[in-house]
Amino acid sequence: MRNFSYSRPGTFDEACRVTEHTRFLAGGTNLIDLMKSDVERPAHVTDLKSLSMNQIEELPDGGLRLGALATNADTSAHPLVIRHFPVLASAILAGASPQIRNVATNGGNLNQRTRCHYFYDPDMVCNKRSPGTGCSARGGRNRIMAVLGTSEACIATFPSDMCVALAALNATVNLHGPKGERSVALRDYHRLPGEAPWIDNVLQPGEIVTSIDLPSVSFGEHYTYLKIRDRLSFAFSIVSVAVGLEMESGLIRRGYLALGGVGTKPWCVPEAEALMKDKPPSHSLFRDVAERILEGAVVDRDNAAKLKLAPRVIERALWQAAEGTPQSQTCKTIR
Amino acid sequence: MNVISAKIGQPVSRIDGFAKVTGQAKYAAEPHPPGLLYGVIVNSLIARGRIEAIHDEAARAVPGVIEVMTHHNRPHTALFEKSYVDGLGVPGSPYRPLHDAEIRFNGQPVAVVFAETFEAAREAAMLIQVDYERWPHNADFDAALYQKYMPSKTRSNYVPPKTRGNASEAYALNPIKIEGRFHLAPEHHNPMEMHATTVIPEEDGTLTVWDKTQGPQAVQTYLASALSLSGKKVRVRNPYVGGAFGSGLRAQHNVFLAALGAEMLKRPVRVTLTRPQMFTHVFRPEAVMDIALAADRDGTLQSIIVEGVTDTSRFEHNMENLVIWGLIGYKCPNATADYKIAPRDTYTSSDMRAPGAATGVNLFEMAIDELAWACRMDPLAFRRHNYSDIDAMHNMPFTSNALREALLLGAERFGWNERPLAPRSLRDGKELIGWGMATGIWDAMFSPTSARARLTSDGRLHIATAASDIGTGTYTILVQTASEAFSMPIDRIDIELGDSTLPECPTEGGSWTAASAGAAVWLACQSLCEQFLKLLKKNKNTPDWMKQDEITVAEGELHGVRNGSPVALSLQDALSFIGQDSIEAEETAKPGLRGKISEMRKARFTHSAVFCEVRVDEDLGIVRVTRLVNAVAAGRIMNPKTAASQVRGAMVMATGMALHEESLMDERYGRFMNHNFAEYHVPSHADIPEMDVLFVDEKDKEISPLGVKGVGEIGMCGTAAAIANAIFHATGKRHRNLPIMSGA
Ligand SMILES: Cc1cc2nc3c(=O)[nH]c(=O)nc-3n(C[C@H](O)[C@H](O)[C@H](O)COP(=O)(O)OP(=O)(O)OC[C@H]3O[C@@H](n4cnc5c(N)ncnc54)[C@H](O)[C@@H]3O)c2cc1C
Ligand code: SF4
Repeated sequence: MRNFSYSRPGTFDEACRVTEHTRFLAGGTNLIDLMKSDVERPAHVTDLKSLSMNQIEELPDGGLRLGALATNADTSAHPLVIRHFPVLASAILAGASPQIRNVATNGGNLNQRTRCHYFYDPDMVCNKRSPGTGCSARGGRNRIMAVLGTSEACIATFPSDMCVALAALNATVNLHGPKGERSVALRDYHRLPGEAPWIDNVLQPGEIVTSIDLPSVSFGEHYTYLKIRDRLSFAFSIVSVAVGLEMESGLIRRGYLALGGVGTKPWCVPEAEALMKDKPPSHSLFRDVAERILEGAVVDRDNAAKLKLAPRVIERALWQAAEGTPQSQTCKTIR
Repeated sequence: MNVISAKIGQPVSRIDGFAKVTGQAKYAAEPHPPGLLYGVIVNSLIARGRIEAIHDEAARAVPGVIEVMTHHNRPHTALFEKSYVDGLGVPGSPYRPLHDAEIRFNGQPVAVVFAETFEAAREAAMLIQVDYERWPHNADFDAALYQKYMPSKTRSNYVPPKTRGNASEAYALNPIKIEGRFHLAPEHHNPMEMHATTVIPEEDGTLTVWDKTQGPQAVQTYLASALSLSGKKVRVRNPYVGGAFGSGLRAQHNVFLAALGAEMLKRPVRVTLTRPQMFTHVFRPEAVMDIALAADRDGTLQSIIVEGVTDTSRFEHNMENLVIWGLIGYKCPNATADYKIAPRDTYTSSDMRAPGAATGVNLFEMAIDELAWACRMDPLAFRRHNYSDIDAMHNMPFTSNALREALLLGAERFGWNERPLAPRSLRDGKELIGWGMATGIWDAMFSPTSARARLTSDGRLHIATAASDIGTGTYTILVQTASEAFSMPIDRIDIELGDSTLPECPTEGGSWTAASAGAAVWLACQSLCEQFLKLLKKNKNTPDWMKQDEITVAEGELHGVRNGSPVALSLQDALSFIGQDSIEAEETAKPGLRGKISEMRKARFTHSAVFCEVRVDEDLGIVRVTRLVNAVAAGRIMNPKTAASQVRGAMVMATGMALHEESLMDERYGRFMNHNFAEYHVPSHADIPEMDVLFVDEKDKEISPLGVKGVGEIGMCGTAAAIANAIFHATGKRHRNLPIMSGA
């Protein structure tokens, strides 16, 4: 870790005043880790914790607003989240550990960085860490890397579980910046690496995530968050799927689906979701949906297994949702 | 504390438990002498080459930085390579930290920054730039296999395999056979406490070294020799060790560099490794075993052929006893094995919990399972049929071997006789259920060890030996031993371990400490007691009843007979008659002539039988271990609580070996890339089921003076195979690579 200055402003306007070398601090479970590893080298750290944005409140249309500083633990345990957005609670509980979730915040989760081994090791060249230096992960030990949305420059996944559910739920991210406030659809919030993998998302310098809005949905029990990982708890996903289905008399009126662990961002394909419209659940339908979502996937040296696994996880998750038997995050049997 | 049940064999809770959970137990990185400097190591980013230049100007400019130590400015160290040989006896030329400009492995220390604060040292370390001349390297295991060899000088504990019969002919002639290449990924020890050293130059010119090690005396010898210090100057202490699993068998570079820094700067110095740096030194070697087995139609094993290779560095020849286990345990008339090592440009692999056997037993037991199924025999019945009552490789009887009882006991607890023979027979919802088993075997070793017992005027008994408690419960079992040998309540016993100045004890490893240090403490206490009673009898001040033969020590009091009725006296009062503050005895437990003869004529092993249930979601490639039963035959169990905890811990580690743990080598750089706990997966709680550990009664007067064999490693041997075999029984699919990862 390198020396840095620190401030804890009380107003948004103050907090927004940043230089290129400022980083915002929330729970610190990701930022501090990266600073210790010499991956992040901020000259100044602006602590957001004095800003008032830790509430979870109902929106007039039946949706919910999640404060950026609300912790992952509080969010997953909130009665309104559990009642109306259980797929989100489930996704949060599938991530990290209780200790980390107690500190990690919603805003931090959205902005956490990749777990690519090479990104984490400052001795390795990495475009995401040092623009233009190259990508060590390609051709390397990349079993955990992405197969969708990759580029020559970067194949790293965006590792969040929470954001997979947020993407499925069509959440909106609310921002406060030097130029005022704006909102961005979560599905558009994270960027594909393209030629500039060092830019993870659309956040502009000085912009702060203030809250996340969830539009109201009516999935009932027809949802699931299914996460496959290398051990049964406390590991990032190899493949994960968030699904919500609006069902009516045996038909899927509308399907919402996002993938984690396989893409460079939470992976959604609206055309695949549209395939389900007004159809009854069936193996062939779910196979088509999986196929459509995974279209264009590219594998590298070690990660072909992800592509083999992903369609099976997608189909299983769709059945769990269709049958109203969502995956438990405590019982490890997969239904 | 329950004081009454404190003898050998009682489930006494750890006596150091309270100190540990309240933070009073001090580990190597915790002494905080005034003027302490913090050292942070800078590691090489190439695997082979030369350092051309080290740019440390920016580092030196960081406020608080005192020195940047490199091969250019380090103090003088020993001239000859042989001075750097440590106690483990790995042949080759030992790595000498900061010796010269040559880089021999990725992560090799190239500089150490010393600063007034840890923060300054760390920041400065990040600012150091090194120019390298890069030389070609190979870190790919498969490529290294082409260079496999047998070193001309072998490791001292290496047991060469012995051929019997004609295995290749028998393989050709017999009808039922299996053959394949089995593989284990490299693993890192990753004890919870990372390697660390605090070195304190004392006013009298001596150095006190707090090190995370399994052998304070071995480190003391190493430092004295490598740093060209006279033996007396260094005192090494390791009263508490937060796990090691073998990573503390060799003196690691942190202790050398910290001592060198303290010599250079004449100040106290601490060097700690980070978790990523824990992946720059020792690891369990990657291994392949080509195994071919054949049986006749009755399911009698007729041929064993094993060829095994493990990796080593380019500069040392690390070896394991990898290929012998099946030849020892199975009564097959034709058997042969070959072992070689394959060099790559990494640091030298090293011993990790049950070295050789953890790999060799598990991979061999996976092959045996394949043959049992090829014979369409129940794997337990197959083993019972083929297992040998003597060490079949050396043709020697065992001092004891209760494996048959272990198999029975474990099978009964597990309910094995309900098992359908065919794979894919058991199912629950979407999960296939499989039952697998394997047997385990590990050395039962004894090493000469000394201990001291002292009785002081306050009536307390003090025990001391240079043994290390690496978290296994050594403090506790030695106090129990002393309590029984001297007949003293444990709350009146003090014990000191982990200090090179204490009576001699070999490095903790190989599960020999319980047997060896236990015997030494027993002898010292008995000898002290005899001496005490003798002094009382011959002293002219003692009353007459104390001069009688009847006097004894019992439960911390002196007992005798006065005027026909029993009398008791406190030890303090008894001692005051002698006019000495304390009395003391030091004894060395050694095999003796009878023991040496026994060692030549009899084989000495612990055994186990492991049973496992898994549930597999085949579609998603998810394996859940849902039951594990391990029946262990390990001689006399000194403390069933700490012993079961050792076996359970090893079973967790073996579950990691079967399903999770793999250090990912990127051959292009020669670096293990998943060098942190988020990406190097050890089992989490969710991965571990209820585990049943059973001990089989096994009386063995010959194995060691107390009849103890040791239990630190046996839990590794067989458990991973039982899991892999259960996966086959669930799915009908064989996996020959460990770990078996999700989605595979
Ligand atoms: C061992 C481990 C395992 C984990 N496993 C999982 C897992 O399985 N699944 C999973 O989803 N996550 C996992 N995580 C990641 C964890 O969820 C994130 O670290 C956490 O959500 C980050 O939140 P934080 O508040 O601590 O963020 P911080 O570390 O404080 O910040 C992270 C980043 O977000 C930025 N930031 C924070 N708040 C804001 C804001 N309001 N506006 C703009 N920028 C902001 C910071 O500048 C920083 O760049 C794991 C983490 C660890 C350490
Ligand atoms: S995949 Fe992306 S994050 Fe990983 S090394 Fe390549 S550029 Fe860096």
